Amino acid sequence: MNKIFTLLIAFFLLASAVVIGLWATGIVNFGPGSSTAGGSTIIAGAPQIGGPFELVNHKGETVTEADFKGKLMLVFFGYTYCPDVCPTEMQTISVAMQELGDDGNDVTPVFVSVDPTRDTTEVMSEFVEAFHPTLVGLTGTEEQIADIKKKYRVYSQKEENGDPEYYLVDHSSFTYLMDREGELITVFSYGTPSEEMAAKIKEQL
Amino acid sequence: MKVLSVLSAAVFSLAVMVGVTTSPNPVLSAEKHEIEVEDAWSRARPATAKVGGAFMMIHNEGTKIDRLVSASSPVAKRVEIHESLMKDGVMSMAQITDLPIKPGEKVMLKPGSYHVMLMGLNKPLVEGEMFPLTLKFEFAGEIRVRVHVKAAGAMSGGHTH
Repeated sequence: MNKIFTLLIAFFLLASAVVIGLWATGIVNFGPGSSTAGGSTIIAGAPQIGGPFELVNHKGETVTEADFKGKLMLVFFGYTYCPDVCPTEMQTISVAMQELGDDGNDVTPVFVSVDPTRDTTEVMSEFVEAFHPTLVGLTGTEEQIADIKKKYRVYSQKEENGDPEYYLVDHSSFTYLMDREGELITVFSYGTPSEEMAAKIKEQL
Repeated sequence: MKVLSVLSAAVFSLAVMVGVTTSPNPVLSAEKHEIEVEDAWSRARPATAKVGGAFMMIHNEGTKIDRLVSASSPVAKRVEIHESLMKDGVMSMAQITDLPIKPGEKVMLKPGSYHVMLMGLNKPLVEGEMFPLTLKFEFAGEIRVRVHVKAAGAMSGGHTH
């Protein structure tokens, strides 16, 4: 069941990434059935990614999507107990931010926890501070995290019968670039080089 | 036929004698297990972090396959060998019971692949510091290495950050 769900999500994300990619390179032109609102493009048939949320940042403040408006948002979902992929992607994002230089002031990098039980505000605070000064860590209640995961079509699954303290979490590994209104611009797959990420962001500034 | 068996017995006993006299360990002389562990490194982890990963290059300089079967370190309550897997955009980790290293092969434990998972860190891993890690191989036995702690987002044990 989980496998099917994973495949579906992956298919949707890939499909939307391909469609966006084709649109961005001008290969596909959306005539009727597509609309442009506030500089962002809504593609007919592609799932909507993003939307309102209420979470707690790494400083312990309650924040919503409104707090991130006006800047681009680079969002990655992961968990701090992950010693490999999450720090790697955070590093890619941090390097991309450095490459942007002053342009980076218009971008908020965000790490959203898919493991709110263990990722408390304190844990998130130490985790994000190790990477980039403007990186925002977001956690919340199980319900709040479930809500944002659904809106961003993020898959995550706690290890079944895992150790209560050291359980692992499978999770999707995409990084989402959202526009100043909080709507999806593009999705970066895991392993996208930081230069490529920075270049794509620059196009949007 | 008889001559042949007598001859081969003689050759055999001669070989054993030579083996005994020239090698302190004649049984293992034909199968060399030599494991080199190089460039062991880890990423800095703060005080609240409960897990960390260690990476390194394991070189089998011997003539027979060996396997990394377990590891331990005073910095962690439990140490496991894990592999990161990426399937359809979903990242997962799986514990592996042993990591085979073929003769002559260099196996890289690196981000996105194999790593030594440190669970239940007793202390923060501070950039610039080192900690001991004992790797246990099926044949080569225990090898103790010093793990260099790099930046939180380090991608290799080199000087890059």
